[in-house]
Amino acid sequence: MRRLGEYILFLKKMFSNREPLTTYVRLFFQECINIGINSLFLVGFVSLFVGAVIALQMAYNIVSPLLPKYIIGLATREMMILEMAPTLSAIVFAGKVGSQIAGGIGTMRITEQIDALEVMGINSASYLVLPKIIAGMAMLPLLAILSAALGIWGGYLATIFGNLSPTEDYIYGIQNTFVSFEVPFAIIKAFVFGFIVTSISAFKGYNVKGGALEVGKASTDAVTASCIAILAADFILADTLLS
Amino acid sequence: MIEIKNVGKSFQGKEVLMGISATFEKGKTNMIIGASGTGKSVLLKTIVGLFSPDKGSVLYDGRDFHASTIREQKIIRGEIGMLFQGSALFDSLTVAENVRFPLNIHSDMSESEKDDKVNFYLKRVGLENAAHKMPSEISGGMQKRVGIARAIVMNSQYLFCDEPNSGLDPQTAWMIDQLIHEITQEYNLTTVIVSHDMNSVMEIGEYIMFMYKGLKIWEGTKDEILDAEPKELKDFLFSNKLVRTFKGI
Repeated sequence: MRRLGEYILFLKKMFSNREPLTTYVRLFFQECINIGINSLFLVGFVSLFVGAVIALQMAYNIVSPLLPKYIIGLATREMMILEMAPTLSAIVFAGKVGSQIAGGIGTMRITEQIDALEVMGINSASYLVLPKIIAGMAMLPLLAILSAALGIWGGYLATIFGNLSPTEDYIYGIQNTFVSFEVPFAIIKAFVFGFIVTSISAFKGYNVKGGALEVGKASTDAVTASCIAILAADFILADTLLS
Repeated sequence: MIEIKNVGKSFQGKEVLMGISATFEKGKTNMIIGASGTGKSVLLKTIVGLFSPDKGSVLYDGRDFHASTIREQKIIRGEIGMLFQGSALFDSLTVAENVRFPLNIHSDMSESEKDDKVNFYLKRVGLENAAHKMPSEISGGMQKRVGIARAIVMNSQYLFCDEPNSGLDPQTAWMIDQLIHEITQEYNLTTVIVSHDMNSVMEIGEYIMFMYKGLKIWEGTKDEILDAEPKELKDFLFSNKLVRTFKGI
């Protein structure tokens, strides 16, 4: 509970005595590149293969001749949009970006760079963390959309190269009984996960005390805590928005 | 001038500073000395506002820093420059960008004026040829000089240095000491240096304050220090061979 209180105070600190908004614009775009664009390859690669594997495993599990083959496309779409794209992207994001944020800010803490900012009269929490959080909340939904698209395409490629079903069936499946709310639902999830990963990782890094060992530990803790929080938030959001 | 009055600070019930009072005058190199763990750095961080004192006050030319509003503190902070023990340069920025950083935050200058000012201060610390290098590409002594340039680029009134020559060879340490001393006189700064290096004290210390276990034990000048009475100070001083040589022991 104490850590939760510290986390809330940390978030509050970002909005008190902050710098002029123009200061954050340049930092925001830098962070979008650092944490968003630089994650494109990893998220895209993982999503492509996850989509392909979902299609393969669906085909493997359809043993009854009564089940239509278009279910492969339908199941791939549902799994990618509802769960895999936002959640898996967030977990990959936590591993790559979360550890980078915690390690970077933690190193700045132990090398007194954060003290240097404070002595200059800069609210270090706001200056260092706020652009990362906003960039995370902006970029993770975009990554999730890309992830869903690539996952569905991965399933399509698996269907062709694995000869799982006629491609027409797969395309029919990904269009069949499509509920359009699933897309904003996935985006909302990614938006929340973006906040969770960046804020928790920054909090872990910002509060490092000690040396290099503690920075390493903070990076690991950031990924662990982010993953747990993502899964908890995933359940709460699904329960709240889909019920 | 900086006055500290009855400053006290505790961490988790342990008293680290016990009612310290002192006056650091303008245009002088003021030094806080003492063995490791005596509270020197805590005192420095309390003076610059990184820690809040449990009691007492810190006055910058009569302005009580810790009793000021955030806006007033920001004005005072704009007049403060600090050189950290490990230089604390921003890893992701070049030397020139590090020096330019406070100007980007605090000043309304045009880009060309900022460039001129950065070049001027880099030249002043002898690093005009290292402007485009990253901090990791330059030596420890050069990093300290960049730290000094960054600390004074805002026309600072107050310069704080935490162990400015730690980790440096004697010649570079001497050069950094001289640079700080010259800059203090040239720009009429109130400079406060935390150090346990007696070479620095004997070279540039104009006002010296000795701390022991969170208490101020002695204050005076470098001419007086060798004849100082407190046993704790004598033990500290005469563990150093240079001082023994000075004293003729």
